[in-house]
Amino acid sequence: MKRKHKRLTFVVIALLLLAGAAALVLTAFEENIVFFHSPTDVVTKHPGPDRRLRLGGLVEEGSVEKEAGSAMVRFRITDLANSVPVVYQGILPDLFREGQGVVAEGRLRDGVFQADGVLAKHDENYMPPEVADALKQSGKWDEMSETMKRQGHVTKDGAK
Amino acid sequence: MIIEIGHFALVLALFVAVVQAAVPMAGAQRGDAAWMAVARPAALAQFLLVAVAFGCLTHAFVTSDFSVLNVAQNSHSTKPMLYKVSGVWGNHEGSMLLWVLILAVFGCAVALFGRNLPPGLRSRALAIQGLISVGFLLFILFTSNPFARLLPAARDGQGLNPLLQDPGLAFHPPFLYLGYVGFSMAFSFAIAALIEGRVDAAWARWVRPWTLAAWSFLTVGIGLGSWWAYYELGWGGFWFWDPVENASFMPWLAGTALLHSSIVVEKRDTMKAWTVFLAIVAFSLSLLGTFLVRSGVLTSVHAFATDPKRGVFILILLIIVIGGSLALFAWRGPQLKSTGLFQPVSREGALLLNNLMMTVGTAVVLLGTLYPLFTDAMTGGQSKVSVGAPFYNAVFVPLMIPMIAAMAVGPMLSWKRGDLGAALTRLWLACAAAAVAVAVTWLVQTGGSVLGLIGVLFAAWLAVGTLVELAERVRLFRAPAGESLRRLARLPRAAWGMTLAHFGLAVVVAGITGAGVWKVESIQAMKPGDSVDVAGYTYTFHGAQEHQGPNYSALRGKFTVSRGGEPVVDLWPEKRVYTVRAMPTTEAAIHPTFWGDLYAVVGDAQPGGSFVTRLYFNPLVGWMWAGGLIMVLGGVLSLSDRRYRVGAPTRRRVPAGAAARA
Repeated sequence: MKRKHKRLTFVVIALLLLAGAAALVLTAFEENIVFFHSPTDVVTKHPGPDRRLRLGGLVEEGSVEKEAGSAMVRFRITDLANSVPVVYQGILPDLFREGQGVVAEGRLRDGVFQADGVLAKHDENYMPPEVADALKQSGKWDEMSETMKRQGHVTKDGAK
Repeated sequence: MIIEIGHFALVLALFVAVVQAAVPMAGAQRGDAAWMAVARPAALAQFLLVAVAFGCLTHAFVTSDFSVLNVAQNSHSTKPMLYKVSGVWGNHEGSMLLWVLILAVFGCAVALFGRNLPPGLRSRALAIQGLISVGFLLFILFTSNPFARLLPAARDGQGLNPLLQDPGLAFHPPFLYLGYVGFSMAFSFAIAALIEGRVDAAWARWVRPWTLAAWSFLTVGIGLGSWWAYYELGWGGFWFWDPVENASFMPWLAGTALLHSSIVVEKRDTMKAWTVFLAIVAFSLSLLGTFLVRSGVLTSVHAFATDPKRGVFILILLIIVIGGSLALFAWRGPQLKSTGLFQPVSREGALLLNNLMMTVGTAVVLLGTLYPLFTDAMTGGQSKVSVGAPFYNAVFVPLMIPMIAAMAVGPMLSWKRGDLGAALTRLWLACAAAAVAVAVTWLVQTGGSVLGLIGVLFAAWLAVGTLVELAERVRLFRAPAGESLRRLARLPRAAWGMTLAHFGLAVVVAGITGAGVWKVESIQAMKPGDSVDVAGYTYTFHGAQEHQGPNYSALRGKFTVSRGGEPVVDLWPEKRVYTVRAMPTTEAAIHPTFWGDLYAVVGDAQPGGSFVTRLYFNPLVGWMWAGGLIMVLGGVLSLSDRRYRVGAPTRRRVPAGAAARA
C-alpha cells in the first residue's frame, strides 16, 4: 500500500465509525428521548399514550392510596395549580412522601399516568430542578419554599 | 483553635500554590535552574499544608465539634467512628478538600519520585499542578469553606445522610477522586510537553504509570459505586446511565484510550499529538464530571443537595482549563511531528482502532449526558428532556461489540506489519469456544433474547482469545512444557497486566449480559405464609418485625428460600429509619451464589396486613465486580513492571540539535 492509501484507510474507518455512531444516535434519539411534563403541561397539552414522559411535581397531600392485597399505589402529582393521578406498581423510593418532590416516568393513558418508575432523591433537602422550575412556572414556588423553610429544611439561596 | 489552624493552613496552601504555579514555569522558560528548583519544595509544602488542613477537619469530625457548620450539618455524636471519618468527605466542602489533598499527594509524588525527569519537564508539570491547585483552593476558600464556624454551636449534629453510612460508599469517593485527579498528572505532563514542543518514547513512559494508576483507581471507584447502588438502593440494578454515573464513566473511557495510545507513542514514536489531546480530554472530562455532580444542573437519581453559585465557579474553572489547554494544543500541537504512518493491519493499527472506538463511545456518552442541557438552553427552558438508559443501550452497546471483537485479535498482530489471516487462524480455539458457549446458552435459556446470545458470544470470544494470546506468547504445546513454564515466569508484568485486563473485561461482559438480559423480577404484596417462585427458587415470607439497630430502627422481614424442597438460605431484608434524620432507607437482603444473586426487598405495609415485596434473581451479577477486580489487578501488575516504575525511565541522550528539531 502506498502512504496515501494507508492514511486513507484510517480516514475511511474513522468516517464509517462516526457515520455509524451518528446513525445510531439519531435513531435512538428519535425513540428514546423522554420529555418532561409538569401537571399543568399534561392538562393543557394532553400528550398521547404513544410517548414515554416524565411527570414531575409534588406528591399531593393526602392523595396516596395503597390497594389491599396488591403492590399497587395510587397518588396525585401536583404543581399546586393542576394535578394528575398516577398509578404505580412496586416499591416506592425511600424518600417518597406526601408533599415531597418526585419525578415519575411512564405513559399517560386516559388521563391517568401509568408510571413504571418513580424517582425521589437520595437527599431530602434536594428538589429536582425540573420540579423547582415547574413550581416556579405555576407561580407557587415562593409558597413552597416558605413551607419548606418552616419545616426546618436548611436553605441556602432559597434553592432547595 | 484547631479549626482556625486548618483554615490558615489552607490559605497558606493557596499562596504556596501560586508560587508553585508561577516561579518554576518562569524558571523553565528562562532556563534558570534556581527558579525551577522551587517546584520540588513548593509541591512538598503544598502537600503538608493541605494535609494539615484535612487533618484538622478530620479532627473536628472525629471529636464531633459542632461549632463547625460543616460538622454540625453532616455528623452526629452517635454515629459509628467509620462514618464520622468518612463523613469528612461525605459532603460537598469536605469532598472538595479531599480532591485538593489528592492533587497535592500526586504533586508530592512527582517531586519525590520524579528524579529522573528532565528538570524542565518536571518543573513545568509541577507548575501546571500548582495552577490547578490554585483554582480549586480559590473555589474552596470562596464558595465552600469547610472551616466555617457555627455560632452558637449546635447541641448535636444533623447526621450524615444514612444512604452514605455504608462501607461501600465510605471508600467510593476517595477512589473516584484518586482516579479523576490522577488524570491531572497526565494532563500536566501533556501541557508541559506542549510548551516544550516535545513528545517522545521517554515521555510516554513517564506518563504511563500515572495514567495507569489513575485508571486503576477510577475502575475501583466506579466498581464500588455500582456495587453500592446495587445493594443499597434496593432496585436490583447496578448501572442506570445516570448523568452522575456517566460523569465517572467518560474519563474512564478517555483514560482507557490514553493508556493504549501512549503505548503507540512509546513503541512506534507516532500518534503523539493525539495522545496529548487524549490526556487533555481525560482530565477535562474529570473536571466536567465534578461540575455535573457538584452543580446539580442535571437531574440525577444520585444528586445530593447542591448550590448553583458553586456550579458557576466550577463552570468558569472548566472553561479556563479546557479552553486554555485546547487553545494551547491548537497552537503547539501541530509541532509534535510523528515519524511515520503505519500499516492498517498491525498492532499499532489495532491500537488506533481501539482509540477510534473508545473516543466515539466517549462522545456518544457525552452527547447523551449533555443533550438535556442543550435543549434546555436552546428552547429557553421550555422543553425539558431526559436521555435514559434505552438511548445508551441502543447506541453504546452496538459500538462496543466491534471493539470487543477486535480486542481478541489486536494483541495477536505484530508491530509494523501484522498478518490478519494468521492471527484469525490462531484464534480458532476462541471461535470454537464462542460457538460452544452460544450453543449451551441457546439450550439453557428458555425463550430468551438474541442479546443474551450476543453477550455470551463476545464474552467467550474475548476470554478465550486473550488466553490463546498468552499461550502463544509462552509457546504452549509447541515448545516443551519446561520451556513454556520458563517463558511464563519471564513474561513481563506489563504483558500480564494486558492479559488480566482484557480477560477481566470478558468477565464483566458476561456479568452485564447475565444481569441485564436474564434478570427475573417479581413484585407483589405478600402476607405472612405466602410463597412466590422466582427463577426456580421458592421464597416464603414469614412477616416483618420491628428491630433496633445502633442508630436506626428497622422493619425486618424474613424470607426462607428453598429450591426443590431443599432449604437454601434465610433472607432478612430491612427497611430502616435512621433516628437522627428520620430518613428511611431500604436494605436489600442478598445471597450471592456463583451463578447469580438471590435478592429480596421488603417495602411498605399495605392495608390488610400484607407487605409489598420485591424479589429478584440476578444471574451472573457478581461476575461484573469480579471482572472489574481482575482488570484492576491487571493495572496494578502492569504498574509494578520494573521498566515502567514511576520515574524509572530515562531519556536517551539526544544531540542538542535533534532535541530542538523534535
